[in-house]
Amino acid sequence: MFAVRAGLQKFNIEHNFEIESIIRLYARWIREDKLKVNSDWNKDLQVKFTVQDPCQLVRKSFGDPVAEDLRYVVKKVVGEENFVDMHPNRSNNYCCGGGGGYLQSGYTEARHQYGKVKLNQILATKADYCIAPCHNCHSQIHDLSEHFEADYHTVHLWTLIALSLGILAENEREYLGDDLKEVNMPGY
Amino acid sequence: MAEEALKVSDLKGEFRKKVRELLPKGNLDLCLTCGTCSGGCPATGLEGMDPRKFVRMVMLGLDEEVTTTPWVWMCSMCQRCIYACPMSVDIPQMVGLARQAWPRETRPKGILGSCDMALRHDTCSAMGTSEEDFEFVVEDVLAEVREEQPGWENLEAPINKKGAMYFLNQNSREPVTEPEEMVPLWKILHLVGADWTYGTKGWAAENYCMFLQDWEAWEHIVRVKAKAVDDLECKYWLNTE
Repeated sequence: MFAVRAGLQKFNIEHNFEIESIIRLYARWIREDKLKVNSDWNKDLQVKFTVQDPCQLVRKSFGDPVAEDLRYVVKKVVGEENFVDMHPNRSNNYCCGGGGGYLQSGYTEARHQYGKVKLNQILATKADYCIAPCHNCHSQIHDLSEHFEADYHTVHLWTLIALSLGILAENEREYLGDDLKEVNMPGY
Repeated sequence: MAEEALKVSDLKGEFRKKVRELLPKGNLDLCLTCGTCSGGCPATGLEGMDPRKFVRMVMLGLDEEVTTTPWVWMCSMCQRCIYACPMSVDIPQMVGLARQAWPRETRPKGILGSCDMALRHDTCSAMGTSEEDFEFVVEDVLAEVREEQPGWENLEAPINKKGAMYFLNQNSREPVTEPEEMVPLWKILHLVGADWTYGTKGWAAENYCMFLQDWEAWEHIVRVKAKAVDDLECKYWLNTE
């Protein structure tokens, strides 16, 4: 997103569209009751979630308001009492170390070292899952958990929205742990 | 006898000049040397470097060190330093310029390869996915869901639908390595009745040419993407993040 937004500006590229983030739309659709999510599935389970604020989306593009939208969606989906924020957060959040081409750079040891800050932030929340609504973040945070043998899972936001709606099929649960592999399965 | 103070203006420093010319916030005299940038940077300590040190080295004209340290590839350009900086010194842009000082072929192979791949097709996919391949995967996955998941017989994943409200982009990782991950998103868009489309051109969300600091290639990719959205007359270029 940032590459396009910054590129349009830097190279003076004329265009007739606006840039939008699906995170803002999720929040709007839930507020408008078009997306009827709820957290009943997690009422008894009490699975804990934290969320990564992607730098490209929050600090570098839409700022704190989109971070609030992100939290609004997450809390609706997993239950407010099951959301644990990491610190610092929102525009002041630490980069996970997946950005800037890091994952492709070949500097793997440095990337893991860099990622320790994020790892410790996540571990401090004691959350079972880290929601990473950005692909680079998802890859890096997933890799950090494996490399440092932390036992949190890393999930996309759409996975949890679909889980909450009872429309997440069995083969769409790749990133869920055993605790959620069969929860709220579609009724067919 | 006390040593004379260094006069920065007397020091050579081609890189410093470049920073001054190219950056709107390239006035390095603004730096208070407070170290707030380094205190909150996960790249501090890697290669014996940190953002504050990097700025001082630029300032002191240590061009050779600044333009050769691999540390510039270990900074993720996340902009937390500029966010925290009381004077808004744009360190990430300086890091970008330092990356650019590396001859293209010596920059990290993975980033270089991903940028070059994206230049091969108008899809802009860093994994080199062609227009036909993308269309095939989307249609294939969609057909499977319609057939195997009761209740989703009418699920859609429109491609090149002119006049759609949203032009959805997609990280190449999904169609290429985990196509079933696209489905939850399609289902959500279906439930809310969103008017959306993919475009065979410009659908790939990633852009490694920016990270590579190959400005010509970066501009090319943004132009291809912008044209793809405008050609389909979509109102929003929608990101999955």
